[in-house]
Amino acid sequence: MIPAATEQLRSNKRTRTEVEDFLYYEAQLLDAWRLEEWRDLFTEDGTYLVPSTDNPEGDPVMDLALVDDDREGINGRVQRLMSTYAHIENPRSTTTRLITNVRVWDDDFGDLGAICNVMVTRSRVASSTTYAASVQYLLRPEGDSFRIAHKQAILGHHTLRHVGGVLSIII
Amino acid sequence: MDDFAPASSRVAEIERVLPRETEFVRDLRNPNRFLVARKVFTDDQVLRAERDRVFNKCWIYVGHVSEIPRPGDFVAREVAGRPVLFTRNAQGEYRVLLNSCSHRGAEVCRERRGNQRRFRCFYHSWSFSNDGALVSMPDESGFPEGFRKEDHGLAQPYAVDDYRGFVFATFNPEQEPLVDYLADATYYLDLTADQAPGEAGMVVTAGTHEYSMRSNWKLLAENSSDGYHAIPVHKTYLDVQKTKGDTIAGSTDKDWKESHAFDLGNGHTVTVKQAPWGRPIARWKPSMGADTKEIVEASYERLVAANGKDRAELIANLDFNMLIFPNLVINNIMAVIIRTFYPQAPGELNVTAWSLAPGDEPAEARHVRNESFLSFLGPAGLATPDDNEALESCQRGYAARPGEGWNDVSRGMDKFDPPNWDELQMRTFWRRWDELMGGKA
Repeated sequence: MIPAATEQLRSNKRTRTEVEDFLYYEAQLLDAWRLEEWRDLFTEDGTYLVPSTDNPEGDPVMDLALVDDDREGINGRVQRLMSTYAHIENPRSTTTRLITNVRVWDDDFGDLGAICNVMVTRSRVASSTTYAASVQYLLRPEGDSFRIAHKQAILGHHTLRHVGGVLSIII
Repeated sequence: MDDFAPASSRVAEIERVLPRETEFVRDLRNPNRFLVARKVFTDDQVLRAERDRVFNKCWIYVGHVSEIPRPGDFVAREVAGRPVLFTRNAQGEYRVLLNSCSHRGAEVCRERRGNQRRFRCFYHSWSFSNDGALVSMPDESGFPEGFRKEDHGLAQPYAVDDYRGFVFATFNPEQEPLVDYLADATYYLDLTADQAPGEAGMVVTAGTHEYSMRSNWKLLAENSSDGYHAIPVHKTYLDVQKTKGDTIAGSTDKDWKESHAFDLGNGHTVTVKQAPWGRPIARWKPSMGADTKEIVEASYERLVAANGKDRAELIANLDFNMLIFPNLVINNIMAVIIRTFYPQAPGELNVTAWSLAPGDEPAEARHVRNESFLSFLGPAGLATPDDNEALESCQRGYAARPGEGWNDVSRGMDKFDPPNWDELQMRTFWRRWDELMGGKA
């Protein structure tokens, strides 16, 4: 699905700016904790995957990931995070996302591929941390925007130790 | 009681166990009270003593044989505070080697896993076999007369052994044999190993959860089988399962059926119950999705064919949270998790967790298992992060009265047969811990 990192990438369908606008919008929803609107960016068969930190290129079916959500899983994750009983996120973390190095290409199956680097600072009264990730998308063009068919965040960390300990927010 | 209940459960806890009163633990009678001094979570001296009297004395979990299936395979990890290599030699035997060069002490391997015949220290190029023997070094002739390579192999624990594929090591020359140490925990390790009737056996899947908490390691030992916290802390998990179609009452006595807590000997404990969640091995629930029902039922049929109906029923439907003293958790819950953890400081621990699954599990069944695992477990699951927050919150709270205060662990102490949401399992841990620590009166 993902072309080699060294390839020059180009889409004949959409400009990088259009994709960037969408990614910035998604980041804004996440930072604002408008998670139901974020959830609704996904297609009905949308998926959200975060592989384990020691197995970034593992088999998504047979191996254990950190997050392996189908649409129902995404719904459940959002239901939980919006609850005041999601104790680790109550009070909610303040997050600030930077999205850079955006590249796009035409996926063989009609979707638009996108890859970007993300840094998320997460601050709580008890502690602060910064997550880095390479995030890959399959975006399905819809009107003048997109829906997310697949989102996969490869964490730029060998373990979660000393980067928050756990991953309780959405990357 | 059923045959899964150990002999210890035939006598009430307060009649079976003598009272004790030390600087760390108060195990009192008339009235029955169990208190743990909060300084055991915060004190540097206590941690230093634990390294010596607990981690250097017990059998400590190293890994599962399935992690290194072929000759030359190895994984590098921390065991009892030490960097070790868990390897398989050319003859196919597993070995546990201390990952520190016999020359100057640098790690001889800095990869986390792989397959190789030799470990070459990059500092002076001393090279060791995956049996730990020193094979070669540059300019061997420069060493003085009488220097023998065979005296300079990698150090090893005093003993290494496995029970049904679970490998342990001990750094204590006087430690009893592993099977004696494990005591009644072997029954539950058997139930775990028997989940895979085929030749492939149970295997640790790829993908490791490596995370950390800013809390004392013993809080995780308590938390891993704490039934009392499940409803308040994991309400969001239970609510999401309800949304997905499961029947969950949201109360301990209705949701946890057939619940008991047992003392398995040597500080090992287990809580057993039939829990409200599904289990990919054999208990289908609507939250797992209608399309998975057949897969789960087929898995149950395989268990019946291999084990007979009664044993299959136990393997399939007896959920349990087991702690093998001091720091190995094996939970057969919505999936099978192996979890181990080490203190880095009084208020800091590292956790490593794996999923254990039948090695011949088809892709569809593995997918059901992974979804079930991640619905609750793991540092990005819907439940485990809130455990982290609870334990970190305790640790922050202990700063309120430095060196003072007592935790109450008395729940269910008057009962003959307390359920999993009482605290017999934690008292069992603490009694053993206090014995080993030799707490002064």
